[in-house]
Amino acid sequence: MEQIVSIIFSADFIFSVIRLSTPILFATMAVLISDRAGVTNIAVEGTMLFAALMGVIGSAYGGNVWTGLLVAVLSGILFSGIIAFFHLKLETDIVLTGIALNLMASGLTIFILYLLTGDKGVSTGLNSKTVPNIHIPVLRSIPVLGEMLSGHSVLTYLAFVVIAIITVFLKKTRLGTYIRAAGENAEAIDTAGISVKVVRLKALLISGAIAGLGGAFMSMSYVSMFTKDMVAGRGFIALAAEAMGHGNPILSTLSALFFGAADALSNNLQLFNFPSELTRLMPYALTIIALTFYAARAKKQLKK
Amino acid sequence: MIKKGNSTVPILEARNISKVYGNGVYANKNICFSLNEGEIHALVGENGAGKSTLMKILFGMEKPSTGEILIKGNPVVFSSPQDAMKYEVGMVHQHFKLVDPLSITENVVLGYEPMKNGLIDRKTAEEKVKEITKIFDIREDLSTPVGKLPVGTKQKVEIVKALYRGAKILILDEPTAVLTPQETVELFEKLIQLKNEGLTVVFISHKLREVKQITDRISVIRRGELIETFFTKDVTEQEISAKMVGTTYTSALDKGESKLTEVVLDVKNITSKGLGDISVVNNMSFTVRGGQIIGIAGVEGNGQNELIEMITGLRPIDGGSVKINGMDTAGKSIIQLRNAGLSYIPSDRIDRGLAISMTIEDNMIATKLDQKSLYTNGLLSRSKIRSMSEKLVKEYLVRCNSVEAEVGMLSGGNMQKVVVAREFTQGATLIIAEQPTRGIDVGAAKFIYEELIKLRNQGCAVLLVSADLEELYKLSDHILVMYNGEISAYIKNPSEVSETELGTYMLGVKKQSAEEIKGAYYEKE
Repeated sequence: MEQIVSIIFSADFIFSVIRLSTPILFATMAVLISDRAGVTNIAVEGTMLFAALMGVIGSAYGGNVWTGLLVAVLSGILFSGIIAFFHLKLETDIVLTGIALNLMASGLTIFILYLLTGDKGVSTGLNSKTVPNIHIPVLRSIPVLGEMLSGHSVLTYLAFVVIAIITVFLKKTRLGTYIRAAGENAEAIDTAGISVKVVRLKALLISGAIAGLGGAFMSMSYVSMFTKDMVAGRGFIALAAEAMGHGNPILSTLSALFFGAADALSNNLQLFNFPSELTRLMPYALTIIALTFYAARAKKQLKK
Repeated sequence: MIKKGNSTVPILEARNISKVYGNGVYANKNICFSLNEGEIHALVGENGAGKSTLMKILFGMEKPSTGEILIKGNPVVFSSPQDAMKYEVGMVHQHFKLVDPLSITENVVLGYEPMKNGLIDRKTAEEKVKEITKIFDIREDLSTPVGKLPVGTKQKVEIVKALYRGAKILILDEPTAVLTPQETVELFEKLIQLKNEGLTVVFISHKLREVKQITDRISVIRRGELIETFFTKDVTEQEISAKMVGTTYTSALDKGESKLTEVVLDVKNITSKGLGDISVVNNMSFTVRGGQIIGIAGVEGNGQNELIEMITGLRPIDGGSVKINGMDTAGKSIIQLRNAGLSYIPSDRIDRGLAISMTIEDNMIATKLDQKSLYTNGLLSRSKIRSMSEKLVKEYLVRCNSVEAEVGMLSGGNMQKVVVAREFTQGATLIIAEQPTRGIDVGAAKFIYEELIKLRNQGCAVLLVSADLEELYKLSDHILVMYNGEISAYIKNPSEVSETELGTYMLGVKKQSAEEIKGAYYEKE
């Protein structure tokens, strides 16, 4: 037990929390921007998976990591474009559409992987690149803090930049205001002469782009290849994180970090001969527990 | 702000406007309507008469089937509200189009934000909004989220929004429906001020007294046709209402005699806990006896909803007790309450009163499924259901083509009649009527009044909650005023208390003594 506590309070542990939170942070922001527009993108999971594969392919064929990132972002946009087409144009139910696309992503990525490499599980046949880690000059030399905050993937720093941008974007820009209005009272912006559908389309495409970055992190930073179903529910955990953060970027970020910590803890516990079946359950079990507390509190408040 | 112009050419004119819907129904038939610059022009008519359709056409929300619109003599085509706004037409809808979490400023400038360096220029926006809000006495800070504002202020924000967008013609759809008497007076003052600055106002209303008070001209619409336009000073309320319904409508009601019987509804020390230490309903006690209509007056949000929800079993009771015909309702199901004699007309007929996508007949029997007369061999019999529904539809004058029609297709007044038909034929001894005539036409309202009085005279106990003071005065034997979750006044003889005085109790300016309020609770000697 003491060992576990000492691990939790080590700089290494914090470092791994930040690292493991990165995909959840991207996913949470992807959910958040869509949710604020009133079109909760539950296909973030599938979008990330699809983008993870496309990033690997893009970097393998494009010859460098940046084409891979670009392809991942574009494929994320494409994927959420499909949701937008079905939900906004054909007016299908967004939850059903999202479920369908999540299922499709799982099969489609294996199919594409098989076509390109003949392998149905991993992309080791592709010579894909990874996103570099950066050591931040002054920060790295500060003891403890440097160990925690320096040396992360470019994408990890980008995740925090995205959070900052979204916070300002929602509050201070025209489209951001319209997105908030579209999620609260669509009629209000309709009568102001702004198309709710266009606002929601834009929100979904932004959501797809951010989810694309999250997917890229999975296959080009977290590990250096694509493996089947590698997103492993992070897109769904993000739905919980966003709900617990009430759609507020900062609070949602904190919830996402909480789930990242759960992930890190589960990794560390494996070192202590805990059965891995149990430790791997941790992030998901904690999601349910956290949601239970959240729901109980919300209900209590409502009752008042 | 706006200069008074030459008034020989109408600022807006609608010529021969007709609107036919897919099912062949004429919502507007050959309407000719004109507005002079700087006037307040009322548009009155029953619900479903076609006022809203005409206004939607003038605001670009619907396209007329035939006819044309002229602005200052020039023909224009409105294919969206934006087109209408370009020609300086603005509209304040009955249901506000505001975004609750956004601030006053953000709501006002929505869609027309001043920009600076790619971001919204908050400072300029606030300055512009401040300029327009000056005459409206909005006390709240402009960065307050609109959701936190009282209804009256929300409405001001809507008007400010229209003015910010450059409206010189302002269409107000039932603006006073949600206001207290004091707020209404204030709104009228502002409208007259705006009129004096050259603004033209179209005012849609049911309340003839208000119309008479504030307008210059009145146009009456009946069944899609514009019957006549008057100068307000030339007509009386009776004449207008006669034109509206086609027959003379007297506003005085003769309730007739009723025999007071036992206490049917006994509410004692009832309390509903709110946030923290504040109770939403605090220690209220009153009774309703058979043969009595007790009215509850109050500005919305003073605990009326919670009180009714507790009485009807929709909300747990945190303290005190409710007895219906002597039965304590604690722990009882709603079915048990209904069996004890309760009937309920909810204020929200669409969400609570009806299953909107089901047929009229299915809605009619929704509370009558335990009646053996609807069954054949243990299964529901369509033909029995039909004949019963058809009888009710006829009795309660529901205007519909068939009882198989979806309830959602009916007009508001007819929907309400379906609720009333169902609830009044339950053999109930206690009727809870919550805003029973909100948003429905004069004819349907009159019908519901008569039915309520009939039930009272037959010995039913009626509890009436209404925001419409006229209605409360017409129907109630006694009036309770609610303020802040408590009874602030028990008005034993409504005819002796003016509306203004009632308003002071509603707004908490005055409160009766505990001894006076005790009169609301009847105890047998």
